[in-house]
Amino acid sequence: MPRALPYLLLLPATLFLGVFFLYPFLQVAADSALRGGEWTLDNYRRMASHWKFSTAFWNTLLLAALVVPIQLAMALTMASVVTKLEAGRSTLLYIFAIPLGISDLAAGLIWLAIFEQSGFLNSILTTLGVIDQPVLFLSYQNTWVILLAIVLAEVWRATAIMMVIIVAGMGLIPKEYGEAAEVFGASRWQRFTRVTLPMLKPSLQTALILRVILAFEVFAVVVALGGTQFPVLMGETYHWQFTMQDRGVAAAFAMVILGISVAFTLVILRLLHVPKEARV
Amino acid sequence: MSAADTVAPDAVRQSGRWVFATGVALLVLWVLVPIWLLMVNALSSPAEVTAFPKSLIPSFDTGSMAFFFGFGGVLDALWNSVQVAAVTMILAIGLGAPAGYALSRFDFPGKEAFRFLVIMTRAFPLPLLALPLAVMFIRTGLDDTILGLALVHATLALPFAVLITFSLFSGIPVELEEAAWSLGCNRVQAFRKVVLPLAAPGIAASAVFAFVISWNEVFAAAVLTIQNKTLTAFLLQSLDVSPLHLKFAGGAVLVIPALLFIFAVRKYLFAMWGIANR
Repeated sequence: MPRALPYLLLLPATLFLGVFFLYPFLQVAADSALRGGEWTLDNYRRMASHWKFSTAFWNTLLLAALVVPIQLAMALTMASVVTKLEAGRSTLLYIFAIPLGISDLAAGLIWLAIFEQSGFLNSILTTLGVIDQPVLFLSYQNTWVILLAIVLAEVWRATAIMMVIIVAGMGLIPKEYGEAAEVFGASRWQRFTRVTLPMLKPSLQTALILRVILAFEVFAVVVALGGTQFPVLMGETYHWQFTMQDRGVAAAFAMVILGISVAFTLVILRLLHVPKEARV
Repeated sequence: MSAADTVAPDAVRQSGRWVFATGVALLVLWVLVPIWLLMVNALSSPAEVTAFPKSLIPSFDTGSMAFFFGFGGVLDALWNSVQVAAVTMILAIGLGAPAGYALSRFDFPGKEAFRFLVIMTRAFPLPLLALPLAVMFIRTGLDDTILGLALVHATLALPFAVLITFSLFSGIPVELEEAAWSLGCNRVQAFRKVVLPLAAPGIAASAVFAFVISWNEVFAAAVLTIQNKTLTAFLLQSLDVSPLHLKFAGGAVLVIPALLFIFAVRKYLFAMWGIANR
């Protein structure tokens, strides 16, 4: 009995993940390669020949490329600030962590309140005399403003998760390392780049993988701010599944998102690899 | 000592402190101001929401909120959201806590494989699961039900529940349990009387976290529910037809519970990541 106990405890969770995680992924892979009951690449062909596909694909990658580096820099700054602080540390942490609990849809609506035509940005700019009358920021003529609004909303919403992971990681670095560097005359910046960052690799790895995958899943923020004027992969998946009722093509889109997610996960694992002997 | 310290230590330190304080203040404003602006909109009358230019202080008019709650389908959607989140919470903890306990207390062949499975879920875009599951649910009669959506949300929440409870149970010395055994408790009694009271606040926190994950999820909810929409699905699908004050009131209703939840679990935010990194 005692030897079987751990397996009995793991069994429900394993079965659950098998049925609702592993099986659906095999199913979606099969769906993407089936059309009318036959194995074919038709779904992929349809997807690739649709005029929105390459826009959606590059928009998704562009967003991730813009958002993730900004978030990394901000999360590192926030984490450094929090670790350095003595008084008010937990209050500040709570405030920085607030967006963690806010859904992407709500984040999109929050930034819509700022960017819409009668929104706060227009109000402030008019009051300051920069513009005479409100500008229609989120229109198809200003795709770059839509992009800017989405980037701001994403940075605002999802920096918190990286910050939390990095703060947790910083807490695991022994203080002696930084002190030793200080004794040898390292400046604050040198201590950060030569001691903290390398020691933080495992946390950075987790944070980046999680964030990059979430960035490829960007959906509700984009719909709230850009409607259909800024196509992204997840939005197209939804469109094909829900509006077009074409599960095959939707599955093909899903496989593309899955593919870039796995590819980037492997790249990050490789770039930030920490040999087992070098871990604390 | 660096050169700056020898020149004018006080002046440099003083200005450094100012830069630091300003930076902290800016970061705090960056997080809080957007939420404030949403609340201003939600607490203004519908006419004020579309008026121009806008005041930065709400008029505390309940018009928008009243309109939102009176809008057809909103109350149902709200109730669906709560139900799905509650079922998600029960599933995630019920399945995740035993696994977390097993990982923290036993060494056994296959342990690494299970940890790998849990960590792997984080490398996949989980909302996409909704696509194949939509078909499976139609076959099994789970389509457009609270339970069906909760099952998908539980796959999102389960990895977190496993990792949080794992670090939680690891923090409770096994010696306490052993003492209980030696005093005549069996395994179950020792767990119930010794471990559970110590772990309860943390388990509650991970339950709240599971609730938040479900409450906030948009994509799977929008794909899997038709008649029984959750609040996020309802708001998403009415985005291009609903007036601004409805959107902002809805956004505020989504945000307010989230603020409270994160406050409730703030102590445990780090347990999810600290150990899980390695």
